[in-house]
Amino acid sequence: MRKLEFLIRRLLTSFLVLIGVSIITFALARIVPSNPAALYIGPRARPEDIERVSRELGLDKPITVQYIRYMKDVLHGDLGNSIATKRPVRQEISGRFPATLELLFTAMLLAVVIGVPLGVISAQWQGKWVDVIVRTSSIFGVSMPAFWLGLLVQIIFFRSLGWLPLSGRVDSDLRFTNPIEIITNFYLLDTILTHNWIAFKDVALHLVLPAFTLAAYPIGLIARMTRAAMIEVMGQDYIRSARAYGLPNRLIIYALALKNAIGPTLTVIGLTVAYSLTGAFFVEVIYNWPGLGLFTVHSLLNIDYPAIMGITLFGATGYIFINLIVDILQAWIDPRISLN
Amino acid sequence: MTMPLLQVQHLHMEFKTSRGTLRALNDVTFDVQPGEIFGIVGETGCGKTVTGLSILGLLPQSATITQGRILFDGNDLLKYSSKEMRKVRGAQIAMIFQDPTTSLNPVFTLGKQLSWVIREHFGISEKEARLRISQMFESVGLPDVERIMRSYPHQLSGGMQQRVMIALALACQPKLLIADEPTTSLDVTIQAQILALLKELCNRFGISIILITHNLGVIAKTCDRLAVLYAGRVVESGPTRDVFKNPQHPYTNGLMRAIPKPSRHGERMEVIPGTVPLNSGDVVGCAFAPRCKFTMERCRQETPTLEAVGYDHYAACFLREENRVG
Ligand SMILES: Nc1ncnc2c1ncn2[C@@H]1O[C@H](COP(=O)(O)OP(=O)(O)O)[C@@H](O)[C@H]1O
Ligand code: SF4
Ligand SMILES: [Mg+2]
Repeated sequence: MRKLEFLIRRLLTSFLVLIGVSIITFALARIVPSNPAALYIGPRARPEDIERVSRELGLDKPITVQYIRYMKDVLHGDLGNSIATKRPVRQEISGRFPATLELLFTAMLLAVVIGVPLGVISAQWQGKWVDVIVRTSSIFGVSMPAFWLGLLVQIIFFRSLGWLPLSGRVDSDLRFTNPIEIITNFYLLDTILTHNWIAFKDVALHLVLPAFTLAAYPIGLIARMTRAAMIEVMGQDYIRSARAYGLPNRLIIYALALKNAIGPTLTVIGLTVAYSLTGAFFVEVIYNWPGLGLFTVHSLLNIDYPAIMGITLFGATGYIFINLIVDILQAWIDPRISLN
Repeated sequence: MTMPLLQVQHLHMEFKTSRGTLRALNDVTFDVQPGEIFGIVGETGCGKTVTGLSILGLLPQSATITQGRILFDGNDLLKYSSKEMRKVRGAQIAMIFQDPTTSLNPVFTLGKQLSWVIREHFGISEKEARLRISQMFESVGLPDVERIMRSYPHQLSGGMQQRVMIALALACQPKLLIADEPTTSLDVTIQAQILALLKELCNRFGISIILITHNLGVIAKTCDRLAVLYAGRVVESGPTRDVFKNPQHPYTNGLMRAIPKPSRHGERMEVIPGTVPLNSGDVVGCAFAPRCKFTMERCRQETPTLEAVGYDHYAACFLREENRVG
């Protein structure tokens, strides 16, 4: 019962935050462009056109009425049309989002699978050379700018070694030899579903560099957080008790201690996922990755405010959703949380 | 007397700290007989906990045992490898700690924590382990086994948690249980219950118990023999009755007067003025001298060692000797 109450409370606050975000973005989008209708028509707009479009877009109404109308449309899944492409913003986002999500997901998987064990090992050998190496490299991971790291690995793995492709999601030649049949728009998944192994390999190779570039910061952060949490937990009374009962070291570290340490780490993971959503935009530009990031950059350059609003709302929803999942996971791992 | 189960002989232990070496144990010597409850008493900081941890091989990395032997069933535990020591822990010697609320893992059910311990030592199935657990719970007086197995530590009271700790410690049928201030964090009625439980378990299963406490009153009610620790040194040891009837060390005397006595004005007790020296390595002469009422010139120059003052009764104080001479 307490868990249900906890869940409802969290859902409610998430909803309120979303409303707040929508009001702010809406207000900004109405204030920043001096005349949205003029933007919509383009540079050769005549005054009468602007007036007509203003009416069509409802820009002559009071701003509260405009907001309510906009939210009504949003709730029906209509984010308006992009000024640049004239196509529905929703279509633009949903068509590109899978590429971003595939990149983000791979990167986060890398971050957790590499970062958590590194942190644990580092804590286990605190002060020894393994620890020193892990700590130094995690400082590198955290402090190296993505574009710099991206460039560096491109030079090493594409230019010098020739092991990995430079950019893009898939080799363009593949379109003729082994075309990918789009089902979910997640290429890894689609190639598996259609047993298109040649394309699968190509897609996977294309993912390596961007995913790693995006993962570098989270890996470093998660490793450091896990290390700190593990060291703290290993000093607790219940770990000493576990030793006093003769439980083996492996069990103590990887089960008894890690489950206690993962709580704070989880918060960091959640934050980095959210943060990496922005990071993904940079990485997409570096690797010419056809996702939301590239689209965002173009929208920003064109002051395509319906697109920018759509992306912001979409991003905020994603961010809040991730935080919600983290909270639920934490409540599930630590039985004490739901009590407060 | 039979062969002791545990013999701690001339144990010296020190910590490396940022401010240099800190001597925590100085020539600690005592033995524990099979089937007895042995008390270790002293004020906070006297080295009681680190004595227990030394026996179990659980000292922090900054600690070094510089001298001495710890014979368990005749074998020197200090010579054991860490792997051999792990086999001793739980199965031969178990330890429970002062605060049950921090000594159980907060994120696992009690059933899970118990079955890990049992399965580790007996290599039996989950089902057999659960059967054994319910027997263990009954013997420590925990009702409603199924519900407790499904509970997390925070869902139980402190007294119940300490019973679970004891059940955990007994699960592998150790020969020796070290109970470090097992009742200090519990309220008075629960304290009495836990002490009674320890006594009963000792009788029923024939295990030996080392009961660590800062309260000599607890020892009087529970222990067969005891050692009084001051500044990392045993200053008096012997059968409880003899020590209480005829204390031979001023510190023991002080502790006896510090036992809370019920009176018309609630509880009334005396305290020994002064504090325990932090680093007994720095001390010249008797460590108790600054707080002692009988300090003589000699006490500040020489360190007294344990001398027999009666049958199985030892004390480290010059007073008796001087009186005899003078
Ligand atoms: N990890 C440690 N590092 C340094 N000194 C310690 C450590 N643990 C205990 N000590 C010191 O050892 C002495 C004995 O401590 P302890 O055995 O905990 O006392 P008691 O249990 O009798 O209260 C104290 O002076 C304490 O400060
Ligand atoms: S040796 Fe001296 S100072 Fe120490 S307890 Fe005995 S009388 Fe007191
Ligand atoms: Mg203690």
